[in-house]
Amino acid sequence: MPTRPLSPHLSVYRMYRYTLVTSIANRFAGLALSIGLLLLVYWLVAIAGGARSYARAAQLLTAPLARLVYAALIVAFSYHLVAGIRHLVWDTGRGLERAQSQRSAWVVVAVSIVLMLLIGWRVWLGGTHAP
Amino acid sequence: MSLRSPLGRVLGAGAAGDGVRHWWLQRLTSIALVPLMVWLVVSLLALPSLGHATLVAWMSQGSTALLLILLVLAASWHSQLGVRVVIEDYVHSSGTRTLCLVLIGFAHVLLGAAGVFAILRVAFGAPP
Repeated sequence: MPTRPLSPHLSVYRMYRYTLVTSIANRFAGLALSIGLLLLVYWLVAIAGGARSYARAAQLLTAPLARLVYAALIVAFSYHLVAGIRHLVWDTGRGLERAQSQRSAWVVVAVSIVLMLLIGWRVWLGGTHAP
Repeated sequence: MSLRSPLGRVLGAGAAGDGVRHWWLQRLTSIALVPLMVWLVVSLLALPSLGHATLVAWMSQGSTALLLILLVLAASWHSQLGVRVVIEDYVHSSGTRTLCLVLIGFAHVLLGAAGVFAILRVAFGAPP
């Protein structure tokens, strides 16, 4: 290993800082959404395969455990969307002061929780959504 | 202390002007994905059911097929850029890292191609 500093060096950080928590949560959410992309493509391919192939895929996609996966994906999507927009705002050079970024971290958490609840409510209480 | 690697100092190579490429593509795909993902979630929730016939009718509309293709391409690209950085950060052995990056690259191209092919197949009239 080279002796120059290499990122990330996790052991030197305090793990509960809001900067680190919001950042690592965004990364985990992104990884979860990569799994979500895999599911989306699987679903599209199943639809393209015809009604029989879709019925077979639907067995897997409507398994009780799948609900847990969808719940996780809704959480990941909501957070990654809102936190991603925060990043785009930062890219314009705005909101980088400590107080501003502390405030926007809370805004991200609050807005993404509202979004999660809204989507979750529409998915599970909004009516007829079984394939 | 200089942050340049010994090799970099010997070669004396400057910036190739390509350093922001990853960053730029990540931002570009993220900007595209904001409206596309919101559209997908709203559209799926607005469908009367997720039955096969309903979905085929939905995907047979030109606008749906086009937006889905853009979404799958942007999402695959964005996902590849993101997963790539995670591997670069946490897989330290260079052989394993290269192997992971190759596999992740191929997997994302496969995902994108399979998604686009499936969408077109339905849009142009899939077998029932």
